[in-house]
Amino acid sequence: MSITHKATVLVVGLGLVTLSACGSGSSDGGSGGDSKTVTLVSHDSWAVSKNVLADFEKRSGYKVKVLKDGDAGQAVNKAILTKDNPQGDVFFGVDNTLLSRALDNGLFQSYEAKGSDLIQPEYRADQDKHRVTPIDTGDICVNYDKAYFSKHKLTPPDSFDDLIKPAYKNLLVTENASTSSPGLAFLLGSAAKYGDGGTSRSSEAESGGGWPDYWKKLKANGVKVVDGWEQAYNEEFSGSAGGKKAKADRPLVVSYASSPPAEVIYADPKPKTAPTGVAAGTCFRQVEYAGLLSNASNAKGGKALLDFLLTKEFQDDMPLNMFVYPVRKGAQVPPEFAEYGPQAKDPETLDPARIADNRDQWVKSWTSLVLK
Amino acid sequence: MDLARTEVTRRAKGNAARLGLVALPVVFFAVFFAYPVAAIVARGLKVDGVWRLGRIADVLGQSDVRHVLWFTTWQALASTALTLLVALPGAYVFARFDFPGKQVLRAVVTVPFVLPTVVVGTAFLALVGRGGLLDELWGVRLDTTVWAILLAHVFFNYAVVVRTVGGLWAQLDPRQEEAARMLGASRFAAWRRITLPALGPAVAAAALMVFLFTFTSFGVVQILGGPTFSTLEVEIYRQTSEIFDLSTAAVLTIIQFAAVGAVLALHAWTVRRREATLRLVDASGTARRPRGAGQWALLAGVLGSIVVLLLLPLAVLVQRSLGAPDFGYYRALTRDDGGLFLVPPIEAIGNSLRYAVAATAIAVLIGGLAAAALTRRDAGRFVRGFDALLMLPLGVSAVTVGFGFLIALDEPPLDLRSSWILVPLAQALVGVPFVVRTMLPVLRAVDVRLREAAAVLGASPWRAWREVDLPMVRRALLIAAGFAFAVSLGEFGATVFIARPDNPTLPVAVARLLGRAGEINYGQAMALSTILMIVCAVALLVLERLRTDRTGEF
Repeated sequence: MSITHKATVLVVGLGLVTLSACGSGSSDGGSGGDSKTVTLVSHDSWAVSKNVLADFEKRSGYKVKVLKDGDAGQAVNKAILTKDNPQGDVFFGVDNTLLSRALDNGLFQSYEAKGSDLIQPEYRADQDKHRVTPIDTGDICVNYDKAYFSKHKLTPPDSFDDLIKPAYKNLLVTENASTSSPGLAFLLGSAAKYGDGGTSRSSEAESGGGWPDYWKKLKANGVKVVDGWEQAYNEEFSGSAGGKKAKADRPLVVSYASSPPAEVIYADPKPKTAPTGVAAGTCFRQVEYAGLLSNASNAKGGKALLDFLLTKEFQDDMPLNMFVYPVRKGAQVPPEFAEYGPQAKDPETLDPARIADNRDQWVKSWTSLVLK
Repeated sequence: MDLARTEVTRRAKGNAARLGLVALPVVFFAVFFAYPVAAIVARGLKVDGVWRLGRIADVLGQSDVRHVLWFTTWQALASTALTLLVALPGAYVFARFDFPGKQVLRAVVTVPFVLPTVVVGTAFLALVGRGGLLDELWGVRLDTTVWAILLAHVFFNYAVVVRTVGGLWAQLDPRQEEAARMLGASRFAAWRRITLPALGPAVAAAALMVFLFTFTSFGVVQILGGPTFSTLEVEIYRQTSEIFDLSTAAVLTIIQFAAVGAVLALHAWTVRRREATLRLVDASGTARRPRGAGQWALLAGVLGSIVVLLLLPLAVLVQRSLGAPDFGYYRALTRDDGGLFLVPPIEAIGNSLRYAVAATAIAVLIGGLAAAALTRRDAGRFVRGFDALLMLPLGVSAVTVGFGFLIALDEPPLDLRSSWILVPLAQALVGVPFVVRTMLPVLRAVDVRLREAAAVLGASPWRAWREVDLPMVRRALLIAAGFAFAVSLGEFGATVFIARPDNPTLPVAVARLLGRAGEINYGQAMALSTILMIVCAVALLVLERLRTDRTGEF
């Protein structure tokens, strides 16, 4: 028997074993009835320090399993698809731009987490039913490349109005509002700022041409649209590490207010000042929520986990893991945040109901206006 | 009379054996492909138990959709033509010439095939984008033009042609052409009459695979095309994953299905009668050093195109991964920052390899059985239909399959949603067509009389297969296994769809790192991509080494 022949037999045998292993229905999925395990379903950006999670496990007696399920939008959609037989007990990571989709589809059941009274009031949502609990918040803002603007002796833009000025022609790159969460937030920010020109169902008789008019001007001013944040930030934006290497030529990008601190924290050696800054008047506030899934198999454990997400311990640990701000009063904000990416004083926001009514229609109009 | 009876029983036995061979692949496809896809399409088109087939007409009526369908089709045709044009000379050079470093190069040209598109986009922009090579040399910028998409498709699929066509070409007996030349045929006539017909099926198979890949192209179009170019695959992804309009997504899936089905039918119809028995010889004896100016020029031209199209983009990644002093980005990979990854990112290598071994085993088993069943020339219509069926997963969007898994495989005995086995199973779906396509032309070329002779001499079908077919197809099997392995290593679409406890594969880890701001994250992403390339190249080299020499031993 030659070696290759042995190898063939081995491969075939291995294949059979593999197949039989999956036929036995061995599932380590979150739908098991083991009440000592609690499963958190989230998006790929979920992150927590090991010791903090271990601490919760020790105190509560539950073992936490984390399932990461793609990017923010994907994870929400998958959770909705599987809501009758969910993959876990708690879902973390639906933000205010998509909240209505989750609530309308009955993704969550009511539970008022312990410590809800300590949440800063402006982040609270769904107050009568308590189906979701706010966990963190962050701003989507235009970031600028400091080196470019000092080299060209140009003041960086600071507001939505600035971005359509001729001085900033061909400098901005943003993301596709129909495929990217920051892209959508930026569109909603412009809608919050300028209204919708009286086209929407809940229009408050707004003056001016609304956001469509603004985007027409933005387009005329040479805004570039790419599909996702990774590409916009790492390939097109001249202020990021990746962009420098790629000889990127757009000094303005739609990103997060926490991107400049990340550029400092993840640089070696750490620079004295951040290479990028935030245009404070271009921000839209995102809030991320978690909730107890409707058909959770371990509701008790899920409630304990939700309580944990609001504890000071978790809220203090969160910023440097996920690059977001805490929602709990008195939680600590890392010094790098305060120094390099302070929260915008007066970010744009939109009422969740208004987002729910118009989001899909706006994205459609935006697509035909900007991309066609 | 006795003879007639034995003939009947033998034929019955043959049919039973064939059914036995087909059973496992059929079950595999029914459970892991047909059922999930049907489930997700039904979810989109069935409202309150009633099929809303009117949606199909609605969606088809939109000019946007027709535009997307048109663009998808023509860019796939153009990409396929361009890939064949660039890669067929490469296939010839790899099959017929000996030159130093050939094995390493053969492994390296397969590397692009496994790279996650996120990374390829980056590498490719360095070639055709702003400040890229073409920009430096001639001031040409192709990013966000359709040319960037076409070139990237060549970059990705070069290996498909070189490996499927080159694999067979290396085994064609050069003496047949030489004999024709002796008899007075011109060099071109000899090639056209002897080699081309023999290669036809392999070229058609390669073209089919490239077409299916480019027809369902996703990452390349998304990154290099910008939001202005959209393929059906991208559109299905947007409708499913972002806009959550399942009924539109279901219709688009059906359209994609129909288009792919038509292409497969066309392929089956053209190729069916073309596969003839060939004289295959051992590949190691057919290659030799190039002779004469013409052959050297051809070799130089092919190597030049490989350097520009394939190696340069890869070199950019390596260069960027070395941006920190003394391998800083690589050292960062071994640190456990406790946040984004619960394990150091370096552990993704182990995960990727584990998945790849399992996926390769499944793909080779299923694909090998299917290919064996499809070999028989007296195969009925059912079997031919099955052949086309096996190709379908290449033409159906990963998003559709992934979402289908979620809602179909969620109950015992098949509650696999968050089981690790789902990842290799999904990857094997893509790997099987490769195994079948690589093995089938070789298996069909095996002279039937050899098998019959073995049977007459009293060999059981298993033994006949082992003694006759296996030695001939061993090389094809290894090439196929290499493909399945590579597919699994680089697969991102389906993998990212499967929620799993934190054990990311290399492409998933790369995507995660790219999703965060900061120099070290970016550098780590480039370093991991470089590691992915090295892992892939080494794995393929090992497989290359497994080739037998003329004595049938290592």
